[in-house]
Parts: sequence; structure tokens; C-alpha cells
Amino acid sequence: MKTTLAELKRGQSAVITMFETDKIPLKLLEMGCLPGNEVTLLQVAPFSCPMYLNINGSHLAIRKEVAKQIEIELI
Amino acid sequence: MAKHINVSLIGNPNTGKTSVFNLLTGLNQQVGNYPGITVERKAGICKLPRGVKAHILDLPGTYSLNASSLDENVVIEVLLNKKDKDYPDVAVVVSDVENLKRNLLLFTQIKDLDIPTILVINMADRMKRKGISLDIPALEKTLKTKVVLMSARKKQGIDELKQLIAEYKKLSVEPCVNASVIDKEYFEGLQRAFPNQSLYKLWLVITQDVNFANINRNTIADASEFHTKKKSDLKRLQQKETIKRYQFINETLKQTQTVDIGSASGLRAKLDQLLVHKVWGYLIFFAILLFIFQAIYDWSTYPMDLIDEGFAWLSESVKMYLPSGALTNLITEGIIPGLGGIVIFIPQIAFLFLFISILEESGYMSRVVFLMDRLMRRFGLSGKSIVPLISGTACAIPAVMATRNIENWKERLITILVVPFTTCSARLPVYLIIISLVIPNERVAWIFGYQSLSLMLLYLLGFVTALGSSWLLSKFLKMPNKSFFVVEMPNYKWPLFKNVAINVIEKTKAFIAGAGKIILAISIVLWVLASYGPNDQFSKAEAIVTSQQAQNLDLDLEQAIASHKLEHSYIGYMGKAIEPLVAPLGYDWKIGIALISSFAAREVFVGTLATIYSVGSEEEETIKNRMAAEINPISGAPLFNLATGVSLLLFYAFAMQCMSTIAIVKKETNGWRWPLIQLFFMSGLAYTTALIAYQILK
Repeated sequence: MKTTLAELKRGQSAVITMFETDKIPLKLLEMGCLPGNEVTLLQVAPFSCPMYLNINGSHLAIRKEVAKQIEIELI
Repeated sequence: MAKHINVSLIGNPNTGKTSVFNLLTGLNQQVGNYPGITVERKAGICKLPRGVKAHILDLPGTYSLNASSLDENVVIEVLLNKKDKDYPDVAVVVSDVENLKRNLLLFTQIKDLDIPTILVINMADRMKRKGISLDIPALEKTLKTKVVLMSARKKQGIDELKQLIAEYKKLSVEPCVNASVIDKEYFEGLQRAFPNQSLYKLWLVITQDVNFANINRNTIADASEFHTKKKSDLKRLQQKETIKRYQFINETLKQTQTVDIGSASGLRAKLDQLLVHKVWGYLIFFAILLFIFQAIYDWSTYPMDLIDEGFAWLSESVKMYLPSGALTNLITEGIIPGLGGIVIFIPQIAFLFLFISILEESGYMSRVVFLMDRLMRRFGLSGKSIVPLISGTACAIPAVMATRNIENWKERLITILVVPFTTCSARLPVYLIIISLVIPNERVAWIFGYQSLSLMLLYLLGFVTALGSSWLLSKFLKMPNKSFFVVEMPNYKWPLFKNVAINVIEKTKAFIAGAGKIILAISIVLWVLASYGPNDQFSKAEAIVTSQQAQNLDLDLEQAIASHKLEHSYIGYMGKAIEPLVAPLGYDWKIGIALISSFAAREVFVGTLATIYSVGSEEEETIKNRMAAEINPISGAPLFNLATGVSLLLFYAFAMQCMSTIAIVKKETNGWRWPLIQLFFMSGLAYTTALIAYQILK
């Protein structure tokens, strides 16, 4: 089983390893969500969606479905 | 005289681009629309050293040149088309020192367009606090540009920027990243087919579906020996391009920027802990809303009462000084009360826009989007729908436009369709006057009056109906529902007074000008219709009434003549014609007229009643007093009692009575289908609920 961004716990950090390019909006890439970049989960809304992340220095919120498409490696 | 220098301000959202714009232009700016579309166009004039002037265009905020909305399309079109009157001599890219990495993506794209480009690094006053230091000369060298460290908040760096704009011809137009390496063969073929064009411009034309200099997607596809690619392949190439650019940016910043995390202050984290907290976050949001509504109701009544009385006095004074005649009557009975009906809006609209722009400027609005997304999705909406729904409390028109950043079409369409249910400021005058007539002015607890609680209930009703209808719509609409939800969470900032003030003034002005024309036109038409009649009943009203009432000496003869005249005027007959339709809702023919006229714009209601009631009225009286004195001809009780009042409130809460909203919905949904569905659904709901309420309460 691969770990995805959706499984990250609050305060945990990880490195993005890869994702299915077709399932990710281009906008997310432009915000710095790219393989090799670091990601930290800062806050979650109730039912852990959406997720408030720091990706490569950018602060943004995404929904869990999208987070499930992004594979990570915990650090 | 020398030609103006055309300057385009470009930047990511939340970089303080608007502050830079306000600083450059001061109050010397005009807000309008781009031709043919509803994207806001902000431009202004800036004086540069040695008497040169610059024409500054504030382009909509965008994260990249890969447009995904109408607003972002504007940016590309201005930057690609050399013949466009806005085509910049120099582009100023505004970035935020804390998000330099992300902001530079857009910069490297702009730099590929053969346009002299200046990089502004804004919010430089935060560098120390955040532990950031930059090697500016090295940065300038790698990015092949001039860099200005600026703090729009502290007004630093502005002279340096002006100097650079004036000397824009010295700037390099060389690209800093060679994007064509992502697919050499493809780009070489493209260049061979169009040897005279900039490669990156061609690439944007292919991927963005925009036109420039007579080349568009299809002409490129048709060009001999060159075959463009499939959509999915193009998307992959765009991703490669983004990755390539980020590699360059990461490399550049590694050499020129150092961040000492230890000295960074954690204000954002501390505030977020509270403001997006699972319990406190929601309580705080609710408290803020409560405060806003209380403020709008309680605080703005003082200026509104003054305006109301002021216009009544003005009417009287004009009547005294001008010679009596049809023209004087038109002015004192048609135009002045009509204008009063517009001006009375100003305090509330200004308050609403004030709060909304403070929430936006401070960065809090994004937290609300985050908090509400999950909840809103249950109703088929997005967290981003909360911004349109809150802006809808000012006016549905900017609210419908604010849906543009909702990526998912289904969520966006539903938001557009339900936004007009939220209580816009045009409903307020109607609500206020009816509430003040039928709800007792007493207080519960210490501060909350029954009247302001009723108003709060009406706002809640608007939101609840909006949510209920979206839930229904989400069940019925069959559309692909892929969620591409990305929200930037900007830093918290103290709102800049100047930005907020300019925003409030511009928005209020636009609203008054737009609604004002309609209201003024309608009040004139109404006055004419109320002052002339088709037959003898009108022209010989005096003789008829005098003979009828000869023996009844108690009756005020003039008043009786006036109301006889009104009843037999053109508008009187129109009102009578629809009376059977509105009688079950508890309305007489006068309210019927107000309903007809307010189908163009609901705020006309009060103005219409003002016009109708002031025709023939001699004493100085405010609209409210006139309405309170109206008697139901059948029962002899006051016409505006609880049943009629509630029925009217419900009617105005639900009915789609705004031509401008219908027009904007048509524009944003590309056709008549959705605005018509919206019109019939809302008006049907309005009639039914008003009918039920009146029949139960009467």
C-alpha cells in the first residue's frame, strides 16, 4: 500500500513522490505541488476535509479526494 | 505631447497588487468593464519624473498564464495582442516576499513574452520578521530584470519603481527560462511554421484558445508541415513546462534567498489555531455575521432617517420656490422622491461593502471558505460559494461574478442560481419600511430589538432558502462532478484603510449609478402615469367629488379629490387590473402597482409608493407616515398590518425582481435557459409563500 497525502496527520511532514497527472488540476501544480517538494499538514476541517497544507512554502487548502491522488513519503 | 507609457500591473492574488496600484495612481483611477465582458477593468494615471505620464492598468490577479477563468483570459489577451490599446510598454509583476517561489512562476512566463518586465517584491517590511534575506543583484542577474523591493503598506520603494518605469527602454526582453526544451522537436516545428512569431506566444495561443495578430488555434493547426497535439498531450506538456520553470526558480532562490526559520514569527499559526478551530472557528464566524447585521440595521438608521427627512424637506422647498405647473410637479413628486429612494441606500450599501472588503483584505475570507467547504458540499455547493453568498447580501450582481473562481461547473451553476435568494441591499429598504410598520419597536435582552431580530430572521430565511434550493438542484442536475478545489490561504494582514475606502467608494458609486438610472426612469414614468388619466373621471374629478361629497362636511375635500384622481389615472387602472391577482396576498391596487414597477428592480418599491402617495399630497410627510396612515377600504383597519406585512416580506424575500441580475446570469451561463428557470422558480415560490402566509395570518 502506498501512502497518500490524505493519510497525513496534523503536524506531520512528507515529501511528494508522484501523482497521476490527469487527476490533478494544473492549478495545484502551479501552486508548487510537484514531486520532490515538501508538504506539511497544518490544519484540518471537521471530518478531515478540506486539508490545510503548506506545500513548498505555499499555504493552501485542498479536498481529500484530490489528496488521495498524491503519493508521499513520510519524513 | 509625449505618448503615455502603458504599464500593466500583473501578479498573483494576495500579493498587494491593488495596494501598489492605489499607491501609483492615488484617487486618479477609473473602474469600468472590458468591452463585451463583465470583467472589472481598473486603470489610472501616474505621474513619473520629468513630466512623463504612465497609464497604469491593474490586470486581474492570476497564478499563471494558463487561464482557467474569464478574468485570467483578459490577462493573456492584453499581453498577447500588440494592437490592443492596453498592450503594455512595460509589465510590472508584483510578488509577495513570503511567497516568492510561487510568484516567480508567473514572472518567468511574462518574461517570455518580449515585454520589458520589472519585478516588484512587495511586503518587504516583513522580511526581517520572517527571517528572509535576498541577494538582489544576483537575483537581477539570473532573472534578467530589475528588482524593486517595496512596501506598499509603508509607501517604500515607490519612487524607485516610478524611475524604472520611466526608463523602461533600458530593460532586457530576454527570457530567463527556455521552456521549449520540454519538447524540442515540437517547438522547432512550431517555430519553422511561424518564423516571425515569438515561440512562447504561439504556445499560449495553442494552449489557451485566445487570438492574437490574426493567428488562432485553427490557423496554427492548418499550417503546413506542422501538426499540433491532442488536448491530453498538451496538458502533459503544460505540466512539464510548470515543472521546468519551478526547477529554475528553486535553483535561483537557492542562490539568492536565505530564510532563517528560527526568527520567523508564528502569528499565522496562532491565529489559525483559533480561527479555523472545529468549534471556536464556527462560533467566531457566526459572531462576526451577527455583528455585521446588527451594525447594518442599527447604525445605518440614523443617516437614513436624515436622508429621508432631507428629501421630504427638499421637495417642499422646491415646491415653494418654483412656479406651480406640470414641470414643478414632475420634479417635486416624481424626480425628488425617486432620487431619495436611491440615496437612502447609500449608508447600508457602504456598510456592507466595508465589512466585506475588510474580511477579504485581512485574509479571513479564505478561512471561511475552508471552514464551510464540507458543510456547503452537502448542499451541492463549494466552500468558495460562501464568498458569493456573503457578497450577495450586498448585491447579487458582483456575487454572480464572484462565482468565477469556483472550478467545478456544477457547483458554480448552482451557486449562480441560488445567490439571488440571499438578502441583497435592494431588499433592505423594503424590509426596513415594512418591519418598522408592522413589528413593534421593543427590545429583548439588552441590545437586540424585535425589529433587528426580524431582519436577522429574513437574512437567515434567505440563506436557508438558498441552501435548500441548491440541495434540490444538486439532486436534479446531472453533470460531471469532478472536484478541483484549490484555495490559497493568504497571510493575515491589517486591512489598509486606503484600499478599503477606495473599494467601498467605487462599489457604492457603481451600484448607485447602475440602479439609479433605472429607478429615476421608472419614477418619471410612474409620475406621468399617475398624473394623467384616460377619461372624464380623471379630468373632471373635482366636480364629481364635490357633488358627491356635498353634504359630508367632515371630509377633507382636497384629499378626496386627489385619491379619486389617482384611482382613475392610467396607473390606477393598471393597478385595478391586477388587483384580483394580488388581493389573495393581502395587497390593494397601490401595492399592486409597486409590485409591477419593482419587477425591474425591487428597490423601486419604496420609491413607487413614495411617488404614488405624494401625488396630490400637500403636507410635508415622510413615506413611512403616509404608509402607516393607509387604510384598508374594506375593513377600515390599517392596510399595513401583520398579515399584509409578512406576506409582502416573504414575497420580496423570494421573488426574482431584478433585471440586472437576470442579465448577468444570462451572460455568465451563456444563454436564456438558466435565467428563465430562475425567474419562474423564484417568482412562483414568492407568490405561493406570500399567499399561504396571508391566508393563515389574516
